[in-house]
Amino acid sequence: MICLGIEGTAHTISVGVVKEVKKKCRVLSNVIKIYRPKQGGIHPREAANHHAEFVAELIRESTNKANIDFNDIDLISFSKGPGLGPCLRTAATAARALSLTLNKPIMGVNHCVAHLEIGRGTIDNCKDPVLLYTSGANTQVIAFAEGRYRVFGETLDIGIGNCLDKFGRTVGLDFPCGPKIEELAKNGKNYLELPYSIKGMDIAFSGLLTAAEQYYNCGKKLEDICYSIQETTFAALTEVTERAMAHTEKYEVLLGGGVAANKRLQDMVNTMASERGARFFVPSKDLCVDNGAMIAWLGVLMYNSGIRMDIGESTIDQRFRTDMVDVSWRD
Amino acid sequence: MTKRVIYKGAEAEICLARYMGHEVVQKRRIRKSYRIKNIDSRLISYRTKEEAKLMSQARLYGVSIPIIYDVDLENGIITMEYLRGKRVKDILNNLSEEERKRICKKIGESIARFHNNDIIHGDITTSNMILLDDRIHFIDFGLGEKSGEIETKGVDLHVLMEAIESTHSKYSNCFKYVLDGYKKELKGDANKVIKKIDEIVKRGRYR
Repeated sequence: MICLGIEGTAHTISVGVVKEVKKKCRVLSNVIKIYRPKQGGIHPREAANHHAEFVAELIRESTNKANIDFNDIDLISFSKGPGLGPCLRTAATAARALSLTLNKPIMGVNHCVAHLEIGRGTIDNCKDPVLLYTSGANTQVIAFAEGRYRVFGETLDIGIGNCLDKFGRTVGLDFPCGPKIEELAKNGKNYLELPYSIKGMDIAFSGLLTAAEQYYNCGKKLEDICYSIQETTFAALTEVTERAMAHTEKYEVLLGGGVAANKRLQDMVNTMASERGARFFVPSKDLCVDNGAMIAWLGVLMYNSGIRMDIGESTIDQRFRTDMVDVSWRD
Repeated sequence: MTKRVIYKGAEAEICLARYMGHEVVQKRRIRKSYRIKNIDSRLISYRTKEEAKLMSQARLYGVSIPIIYDVDLENGIITMEYLRGKRVKDILNNLSEEERKRICKKIGESIARFHNNDIIHGDITTSNMILLDDRIHFIDFGLGEKSGEIETKGVDLHVLMEAIESTHSKYSNCFKYVLDGYKKELKGDANKVIKKIDEIVKRGRYR
């Protein structure tokens, strides 16, 4: 089965084509285009305009790269949520148009669950992981339990990526700020104490953000602040992930989301995993960030488990929670 | 000093050891090499101190808690009395209905006693209760905090409700008995807290 997936939850519009081969996912193409605001954060309408402008082009590019004809496509899938309304609507509209034109079935999928399933689908031995999903908007620790992907811990305020971007904007870095902060942090030597906020299995970043901005305003070295932000937030993320692993008695950990590309975060989670005797997985970068291939792959899994959606049901849901999805494709 | 690990969690290990001629339990927080020394030491000593503080305060307010013999902040070790009792988790299902009701009421009374003094346990499950000399002893205040809010008290009880539903699912009236004891002992309006539990269930993040 071949599925074309359209992702459009936030700043990224992406189209991916995947093929199911022996229950595993083969990515045939995965083209990604990111809206970069000239200043400030994402403006939802501007982002949606960007997506509308490029989505048709990306669909063409994805089928060309996958070397397939439109008739080869068996299923169209799209990101149903969670995300920014205007962006979601744009991606969903493109998916509906394609579905009706080609007369192929449509499937709306949960973006967060897609991040987990693409790891299981593309990485050998990744069977039942705890996912640490870290992106701009989302920060969740997700694992499969009793028929659903349950959120064992999550941010109580802002996503880790958002925290990094907000700090970056304050000190004049360009979006996305994560990679720049990672570079600066390499030259940081002195740890500056920052709030470490864990409540049970949940985590909070807004207090740390304010404290980091204050360090900057009183003239502390930017490299040292970046280093301290990374060390503190990533340690907290690793700790809640470890707790979820202990609680669920799982011995695999998977990273997902844009921040998963950060080498220091990868190092920490990898160290934690090896000390627990657990396996550590991280997908390739284009499958970590928001991407169409993961949307396509989750569409395949859902369709194969017997789920069907008609055009009337292909709505979006800005607040589509991870644990609302009935995971009928797993035992 | 010899020690034998009897339980290993994500954050700490529980050991049997000897201390001044006594057989004792030690909760040892584990150093994590994924985080830098500065953060590691800060977290370990802070959490050890907070936990020991909550335990001794709860004991002061009449809740049965193992006696603390020593607190080592640098190494993150709490040395405490070894309770030769039984975990409530292991015995609750095998009691007569009458006896189960009595034990559950006692549990509720104890929870009310620390809630009366704004102590939140943070992880009330039947694995964290030990029955000894007909008294319910509470252990593991590692996720605890001080809070006077109805919300936090509600969450505290909600954790127990879920634990009972999963571990003692055949005897789901257990939680009702716990609340009976809680109502009896709580100063102030217990119904406000109980209403909060309903609200938390309806918010239903995990189901």
